[in-house]
Amino acid sequence: MNTFWRTFKVAAWLGWEMDSNWTEPWLFMVYSVVKPVAGAFILVLMYTVFAFIGNRPDPAAFSYMYVGNSFFIFVGSVLFGTFQVIQSDREWYQTIRYVYISPISYYVYIVGRAVSKVGVAAFAVAITLAFGVAFLGVQIHLTVDAVPLFAASMLLGLAVLLAIGICLGGISFLTAKHTHGLAEGIPGLFYVFCGVLFPLSILPSWGQAIGKAIPLTYWFDITRRLLAPTLGVDSTLAGYSDLTIMALLVVSSVAFFGLSLLIFKTGEYFARKAGKIDMTTSY
Amino acid sequence: MPYAVETRDLTRIFAGKKKRRIRRKRATGEGEDHLGPVTALDQVSIQIRDGELFGMLGPNGAGKTTLIKILATLLLPTSGQAFVAGHDVAKDPFPIRQRINMVSGGETSGYGLLTARENVWMFSQFYGVPSKVSKGRIDELMHTFGLWDKRDAKVRMLSTGQRQKMNMIRGFVTDPDILFLDEPTLGLDVNAARVIRDYITNWVRSQKSKTVLLTTHYMAEADQMCDRIAIIDNGKILACDTPENLKRMIRTETTFRLEVDTIRDIASFSSMEGVKNFSHTDDISKNRTHLTFILEDEGPVAEILSTITSQGKKVHSLQKSEPTLEDVFISMVGRGFE
Repeated sequence: MNTFWRTFKVAAWLGWEMDSNWTEPWLFMVYSVVKPVAGAFILVLMYTVFAFIGNRPDPAAFSYMYVGNSFFIFVGSVLFGTFQVIQSDREWYQTIRYVYISPISYYVYIVGRAVSKVGVAAFAVAITLAFGVAFLGVQIHLTVDAVPLFAASMLLGLAVLLAIGICLGGISFLTAKHTHGLAEGIPGLFYVFCGVLFPLSILPSWGQAIGKAIPLTYWFDITRRLLAPTLGVDSTLAGYSDLTIMALLVVSSVAFFGLSLLIFKTGEYFARKAGKIDMTTSY
Repeated sequence: MPYAVETRDLTRIFAGKKKRRIRRKRATGEGEDHLGPVTALDQVSIQIRDGELFGMLGPNGAGKTTLIKILATLLLPTSGQAFVAGHDVAKDPFPIRQRINMVSGGETSGYGLLTARENVWMFSQFYGVPSKVSKGRIDELMHTFGLWDKRDAKVRMLSTGQRQKMNMIRGFVTDPDILFLDEPTLGLDVNAARVIRDYITNWVRSQKSKTVLLTTHYMAEADQMCDRIAIIDNGKILACDTPENLKRMIRTETTFRLEVDTIRDIASFSSMEGVKNFSHTDDISKNRTHLTFILEDEGPVAEILSTITSQGKKVHSLQKSEPTLEDVFISMVGRGFE
C-alpha cells in the first residue's frame, strides 16, 4: 500500500479515536450538538449588545455575523488540530519519537490527524447554521446551481487552513509547549482581519490591506455570497467576481501548501539537528 | 557486505544554553549563564554485525541514548558518519526506518484513550504490517509478556510497568531487522525483566538475521545477554569485545571487595602502591561502605586493612572475587557506575 495513503488512513483513525473516544458515544453526540448551539447563543448575545448600542436592529448584519462565526469554527479547529499534533505527541503522549522513526510521511500524518477535526468542525458548523435558520431568523439561500462552487470553495478554504496549520506545526518542531499561544493568537488575527464578525470595509485601509493578503478573507466572502447572496453588506470585495475569488483561493492554496512544505521540512531538519524532535519541556 | 550498524568517528555535541536571569541582569547588568556545549559522543567508531546482540554498557550520561537516537534517525550527528543497514542516517533515513524499531525503557508513552492492543496495532500499521498478521503477533506477544489480561484496557489505566511491556511489544510487533533497545528493563520488577531478557536473547538467537543494539547500565544484563559489549564513558568507547575477553583484560589483576563501617577518608587508598583503581559506595541504611579494589597483586591488602582499622572502623567482610564487567569499568575509569 502506498506510504502516503497508509499514513493518512492510520493517522485519521487515530485522530478520530482521540476526538471521539473520550466518552460514551451518546454523550459525545450530545456534546457535539450542545456545544455549537451554546456558541450560537453567545452570538445572539453579542448581536443584542451591538443592536442595543447602535439603537437599531439589523437582521442582515446579524446573518453576516452569524454565518462568518459559524465558518470560523473551521479555523480554530483545523489550525489547533494541526498545530497541536506535534505538541501533544511530544509532551503528553510522548509517542513522537516512535511515530517519527516509523516509515511514514510525518507531513501526511499531521494532515491525517487533522482530518477528524475537520469532520467534527463540519458537524458543528452544520448544527450552528441549522439552529440559526430554524430559531434565529438567519437568512441562508444556497441554490442548487451554487452547490458545486460552494463545495469547491469549501475544499480550497480547508486546504488553505490545513496548509497554514502545518506551517505552524513546522514552527512548533522548534518551540516548547508554551507556544500554544501561537495557535490561539493566529486565529485571533484572522478573526479581526478576515471579515468574520464585521465587513472588511469597517477596518482602516492598512487593516483592509492585511485582510486582502490573507486567503481566508476571500473564503469567508465567497461562502457568504453562495450561502446568503441577499445580505447586501459591503465587504469591499464586491468588485471581485466569484471566479476571481475562486482563482485567488486556488493560487493561495497552492502557494500555502508550498510554503507549508518548506517551513515543515526546515523546522524538521533543524529540530533533528538540535535534538528537539522528542524534547519534553514539562512546562 | 555492510554491517548492520557502523559508525565512523561519530561525534555529537549539544550546544550550550543561555539561561537568562532577568532580575539579576536588570540589577547588575550581568546575568547570562552559559551552560557550555556538551560532547555526548566523541569520535565513536563501532561495527555491529548482522545477527549480533551488541551491548553498549556505561553509566548514566555516558552517551548511550544519544547514540541510539542518531542510529534511529531521530537526531543528526555533529560530525562523523553512521550507517544502519548500509544507509547513511543523515542522508537516507527512510530505508533505515523500514528496517528498524526502537524501545526505550523507563518511559510510559502511549495514547491513553486507546487500548493497549489498539496502541500496538496502530504502530504496526505505520510499518505496513498486514492487520491480520499484526493482530496475531500482538496476541502472542501479549501472552509472552504477561499483558494478555490487560489487552483491552485503556493505556491510561495501565501501570508504569505494564506500559513498558506494551512498548516492548510495540518494538517486536513490526519484526524489525535491527532493534534498538535503550535500557529496556529499567524500572521493571525482577520477573518482568527476566522475561524480557529471555525473549530478546531467543529472538536474536533463533533468527540469524536479527540484530539488537542494547544499551544498559546493568552489568549482569550485558554480561548475560550480549555477544559483544562496548564500554562507553563520557562519549568515548573505552573498550569493545566479548564479555569474556573484556574480563580477561584484568584477569592478571586481583579484585577485592570489602564491606566496612562507613568510612569517609578514602583519599589515601588511591596513592597506595599496588592499588590500580578502586571504587566505593555508601549504604546509609546499614551504615556501611562497600569498597572494590583492583590490585596488581595481593600485596596492598594488609595496608588497606590497616588503614581502615586505624580509623576505628570495623571490617565486616573481605572477599577476593572473579572480575566482573564493573571491575573492567573501574579498572579503566577509576570509578563505578553509581
